Amino acid sequence: MNAPLASPVESAPEAIGPVLEFRDITVSFDGPPVLKNISFSVAPGETRILLGPAGVGKSVLLKTANGLVQPDSGTVAILGETITGLPEHKLIPMRARTGMVFQEGALFDSLTVRDNVAYQLVQERTPDEEIDERVHVALRFVGLEQTFSLFPSSLSGGMRRRVAIARALIHYPELLLYDSPTGGLDPVTSTTIIELIVKQRDVYKTPSLLVTHRLQDAFTMCTHRFDEEKNVMVPLPEGETHTSTTFLMLNEGGLIFDGSLHELVHSENEFVREFLE
Amino acid sequence: MAIESIDRAAKEFVLSLQEYFLFATRAALNLFSSPIYWSDIIVQCDIIGVGSVLIVVFAGFFTGGVLAIQSSATLEQFGATAVTGQFVAMSMIRELGPVLTGIMVSGRNASSMASELGSMVVTEQIDAMRALGVDPMRKLATPRVVACTVMLFFLTIVADFCGILGGAAVTVFMNDQNGTQYFSMAYQHLHFRDILQGLAKPLFFGFIIATIGCFYGMRTTGGTQGVGQSTIKAVVFASVLIIFVDLLVSIVLVSF
Repeated sequence: MNAPLASPVESAPEAIGPVLEFRDITVSFDGPPVLKNISFSVAPGETRILLGPAGVGKSVLLKTANGLVQPDSGTVAILGETITGLPEHKLIPMRARTGMVFQEGALFDSLTVRDNVAYQLVQERTPDEEIDERVHVALRFVGLEQTFSLFPSSLSGGMRRRVAIARALIHYPELLLYDSPTGGLDPVTSTTIIELIVKQRDVYKTPSLLVTHRLQDAFTMCTHRFDEEKNVMVPLPEGETHTSTTFLMLNEGGLIFDGSLHELVHSENEFVREFLE
Repeated sequence: MAIESIDRAAKEFVLSLQEYFLFATRAALNLFSSPIYWSDIIVQCDIIGVGSVLIVVFAGFFTGGVLAIQSSATLEQFGATAVTGQFVAMSMIRELGPVLTGIMVSGRNASSMASELGSMVVTEQIDAMRALGVDPMRKLATPRVVACTVMLFFLTIVADFCGILGGAAVTVFMNDQNGTQYFSMAYQHLHFRDILQGLAKPLFFGFIIATIGCFYGMRTTGGTQGVGQSTIKAVVFASVLIIFVDLLVSIVLVSF
């Protein structure tokens, strides 16, 4: 897990403004709104953790972020460009600049791990030698180099998520979107996934939006950092938290919290307190 | 209450029809702009075309045989068993070849497309493809539509040929008639407009099979149960639409 995927300098954000910005977003599907008047932003180098109970619209929010779901009203801007209302063919190049990890991995069953991870590169007709090299580096990053020629059906749930992370990272995304990357996994595997996300955050500083309903994962991300020398995730000193990792909380379609870990644990909001307990 | 439900059903039907036409138009128009996934088109030609050859060969051969048995029994009453070849060839080429091939291929491939794409939808693979910057319409639907339209044309020719052979086998080995006479009658009374009619139809049918299969696959909802529903709808609508379009095309082409 020590091979470089992209140098931190290469993936350092160039934009000064927000990498992702939601302005008064409302989304509904044949019924009452799933998301109501949502506004927030993700700054360069920032990791935002979106908390909320199951079925509250977290995944819909994430899919709205890269135009997979179009809002009824409001605007979404990625890397300074408004994507709301853009036709599919104009959204495609924008999406290619982001990386997304889906809830169950969403690997293509009919393709090998190599072809899954290299999917974008294959579409861009990158030479085979370069593809193989970059896939090896990406798989080494998630600790799964030995799965290069395997099919997704022969991987465990945790391995599929790690391959999905490798697939999201291979194209040097400027924004990462994680949809419940540890959902349904055992604690040990969850920690492995969180360690990878923390490594990505601390080494490459790619801004990200992470959806989860697992408080333990969120707090681990806030209270740990990745030690490049030891190549492991280590706890921050007592009382310290990762300053660029902040929280959002959704409930009943509305954004009820936006702030730091300190503000979260001291929130007066009844639902936030109930959720934390 | 009853009027409300009829009203809702009618609106849903019109909306589905509109969505289908938009889907089919997009699938076809994608051929005129890049990227075009040629390798996927070839793979689909193999799956749809080569994979369906065997069922089309058997269906065609046996249908030709049945036609020969049934027609010779009737024609015998008028002392006209000599035109069995003409009857079988005309029936196969103008009507049964395209329609049977269409329905057989629909049963095999519309269901396969709907279930494959439906499974991809419910496991978020379609969303993943979009998130990776690839248009699923171009990557998945257009290659299937092109492959199915092209391959159904050739499969129909195979079915016609096997049907005529099946008719010949029955005529020669069961009805003890002259094989040369059978083929001679089959050939002499065949006109260009018959062949045109028989080969124009599979182009429509192939397009219908693939667009219906992909359309229902791509709009699957409701998990694995939804995949099953999409598959059933795809086969039923494709089969019914083939027969309906066969009527329309026949009316138009016969009038010329």
